[in-house]
Amino acid sequence: MNYRIHPLSENAITLYFEQKISPEINDLVIASCLWIEENSFPGFIEVVPAYASLTVFYDLVELINQGYKSPFLFVKSKMQEIPFESLKTGNKPKNLIEIPVEYSGEDLQIVGRHSKLSEKEIIKLHTEPEYRVYMMGFLPGFAYMGGLNQKLATPRKKKPRLKVPAGSVGIAGAQTGIYPLESPGGWQLIGHTDKKLFDPSDRKLSLLSTGDYVKFKAV
Amino acid sequence: MTTVQDLGRFGHQAKGVNPTGAMDHISMRLINILLGNDENEAVIEFHYPTPTITFEEHAIFSIGGADFSPSLNRKPVANWKIHTAAPGDMLTFGKKQKGERAYLSVKGGFKLPKVLGSSSTNLRAGFGGLKIIKGMSLDLNLKNGTLFEASKKIALAPKTVNVALRPYIKNEQEIRIIGGAELDSLDQDSRNKIFGQRFIVSGHSDRMGYRLEGDCINRNSESEIISSSVAFGTIQLLPDGQLVILMADHQTTGGYPKIGNVISTDLPFLAQLSVGQHITFREISIDVAEKIVLKQEKEIKKFKASVKLYS
Repeated sequence: MNYRIHPLSENAITLYFEQKISPEINDLVIASCLWIEENSFPGFIEVVPAYASLTVFYDLVELINQGYKSPFLFVKSKMQEIPFESLKTGNKPKNLIEIPVEYSGEDLQIVGRHSKLSEKEIIKLHTEPEYRVYMMGFLPGFAYMGGLNQKLATPRKKKPRLKVPAGSVGIAGAQTGIYPLESPGGWQLIGHTDKKLFDPSDRKLSLLSTGDYVKFKAV
Repeated sequence: MTTVQDLGRFGHQAKGVNPTGAMDHISMRLINILLGNDENEAVIEFHYPTPTITFEEHAIFSIGGADFSPSLNRKPVANWKIHTAAPGDMLTFGKKQKGERAYLSVKGGFKLPKVLGSSSTNLRAGFGGLKIIKGMSLDLNLKNGTLFEASKKIALAPKTVNVALRPYIKNEQEIRIIGGAELDSLDQDSRNKIFGQRFIVSGHSDRMGYRLEGDCINRNSESEIISSSVAFGTIQLLPDGQLVILMADHQTTGGYPKIGNVISTDLPFLAQLSVGQHITFREISIDVAEKIVLKQEKEIKKFKASVKLYS
């Protein structure tokens, strides 16, 4: 297995697989995270998946207090123990989440002009794919998704909006995404969903997780 | 801006929840230890111009971090010491002596619900902790009887935080970093620019990150970076050739080349720097970084033990 391990800080280590955006590598990331969680160790805080890497956060002070001479070498060795070749990937049932969207976004016309497509065609192309969630980040509950039809790719707004409402569905470059919270942002807004993407009082916290699939449904 | 912060909200970064927490985590820990609190007890982080704080209950408190010339009922009170306040007492601040972020901790802590295990304020997501504005009041965990019980012991405790432990604040700061994942992809000229020049902390600096100003650094590589986790202290090279250091309110992931990460013992220096001040970078190995942290933790442990003797 090809990978590279690099300290992110003295409290975190990142393991990089081949730096490529693919469901196979992302599956490997998710399976590795699961293995780490199931084989936790002293000082372990959390493991965070990204597109083609995972990062383990650990409590350096706790490890020092427990007598570990080099917490970095200790945690690195734990990450090297991941049985990459025998990890079960890909045979998990697909977690497909349907998100109802009202396609009435303020920037629908901009996307239309850029893509030379009608509103109807934009909606058709946007609701067609099953988008894969490759990574969570940017905001709590925000999913970086892959699979946007390249005909819909539209550059960000030159001047970001100061307030994009929660639930806004947008396009930025080759990506599509949903704002889980009100936030400033430069995405071209094409629609809105009433689904709650992030709720700190809910046990699940976030509607979406890395590895999930999303299908938009026009309402 | 005045917020409630602790050591941060960890365990939910996989869902994009950024940890937030105190910018100068060492100052915050030290005054909590001084008061016999849990090190992670939530404190108030405040900036200049400062708030005025009126005590509605008896309280035992300590201030650390930046020195904004605190006074209690117009009588000067020193940072890093234990003070008592009675109902009606007023805590005000005067001249900004040094530093940018001060911390107020009370014995027993503030009565605040924890969200996902932390009382830190997530300003961007709008949950947890509290963004304090004029007129708000905070409840205390220890009042009257229980507080007086606690205060009997505290009178005997060490009355101050050792000078050597307090983050040393000066005008030009050498910041030690460990190399980042993309540091090796830079050529010698770019490396020289990172480790050979003084950077200015720009006006675009806040709890999310500090933008630095310096000679433009080129990354002579076409290879695109795929986003991955970042941390408090991650230094990223932006497309315009300038550096940004991610601070306490950073988001969980980043897609710019990682030059390095500021070691945790030096984050408080950064937290206390003002716009316009200078920093330089020095690269150290992860091994040396761990030894530096170990040394500091030993000293903090000793201080903690000296407080524990009395409580």
